[in-house]
Amino acid sequence: MLAYISIIVTAIFVNNIVFAQFLGICPFMGVSKKLSSAVGMGAAVAFVMAFATCATWLLQRYLLDPFGLGYMQTILFILVIASLVQMLEMVLKKTLPSLYQALGVFLPLITTNCAVLGVAIMVVQKDFNLLMSLTYAVATAAGFALALVIFAGIREQLELSDVPRPMRGVAIALICAGILAMAFMGFSGIKIG
Amino acid sequence: MKFLNIIYNGLVKENPVFVLLLGMCPTLGTTGSAMTGMSMGVATMCVLICSNMAVSGIKSVVPPSVRIPVYIVVIATFVSALQMLLAAYLPALNATLGIFIPLIVVNCILLGRAEAYASRHGVMESCCDGLGIGLGFTAGLTLLGAVRELLGTGRVFGAEVYPEEFGSLAFVLAPGAFIALGLLIGLFNAIKSR
Repeated sequence: MLAYISIIVTAIFVNNIVFAQFLGICPFMGVSKKLSSAVGMGAAVAFVMAFATCATWLLQRYLLDPFGLGYMQTILFILVIASLVQMLEMVLKKTLPSLYQALGVFLPLITTNCAVLGVAIMVVQKDFNLLMSLTYAVATAAGFALALVIFAGIREQLELSDVPRPMRGVAIALICAGILAMAFMGFSGIKIG
Repeated sequence: MKFLNIIYNGLVKENPVFVLLLGMCPTLGTTGSAMTGMSMGVATMCVLICSNMAVSGIKSVVPPSVRIPVYIVVIATFVSALQMLLAAYLPALNATLGIFIPLIVVNCILLGRAEAYASRHGVMESCCDGLGIGLGFTAGLTLLGAVRELLGTGRVFGAEVYPEEFGSLAFVLAPGAFIALGLLIGLFNAIKSR
């Protein structure tokens, strides 16, 4: 049990996917202009990451490992993630139209979110079991959503402030992200279990 | 001359790091020092040149409806090859860059250039475009790495500029990556608007 709590706390705060591992920066910068879209993106990422991590974990365990096909990992994982996103989009459209409406625009963007592929590869490197991998994926996505929502709040305020012309837009946003990363560094060193 | 123009375009006018803002994850994640930044840039450039040439070579036989998956497979193939070459010949570098090597697959620069350039131009032009954009990416990463290394440890490419005690370690750590890139983009904008 402690191991799972440790995975959750580490993935959300200590080793935050955006601020400590530098993954998923593109959607982090791209979709954080408005609070509502940040929430939608966070939810969509959580959804895809959980599914993708389970699928790739099973493939790694029962296809790549037994047949010594480790070198196919990158190709296989990216194809699985890309097709999974497409499939999820179609399934959601048919079965849960309301959820599809909420997540719809963000789903295609997720294929190129390196956090999804990154987490799929990392759980293999860390040698997690299936439940641990799932926990790690959901917690990482929660960390991503947290970062996105905090940052969106800051950027909404930033719109109203008077920033020197060359620093407007991405430049000042990156500096704010840096300060946020500094705040998240305060969590480093926390150890559970 | 035409080929030089294509290279110049990628290096300055469409610099992926400072102008197009593509491939931000490796830009921030691998620039702890000038050397690692440059290695990452060169690794990405190799894949980009190969994938650009391959995509341009097969463009007439790929049906438009499945082109994106085909491009992804082409890119993933070259990334896997690079991964194996690095693991075999440069294991230390492979360990430093770690997860960012397989993640070249999802670097938007590669798919972006395949879709926007290589699928519409000849093999030679696509090769030059890959070289230009790759050099631009490498230059951006090296510059960011050098700035972070200088401010953080007082060194550039490992050569001491000022004593390490005066450096601010934050620039080597995560926050410095964001702040240094933000300042460099601001600087780039300021120079451009002159």
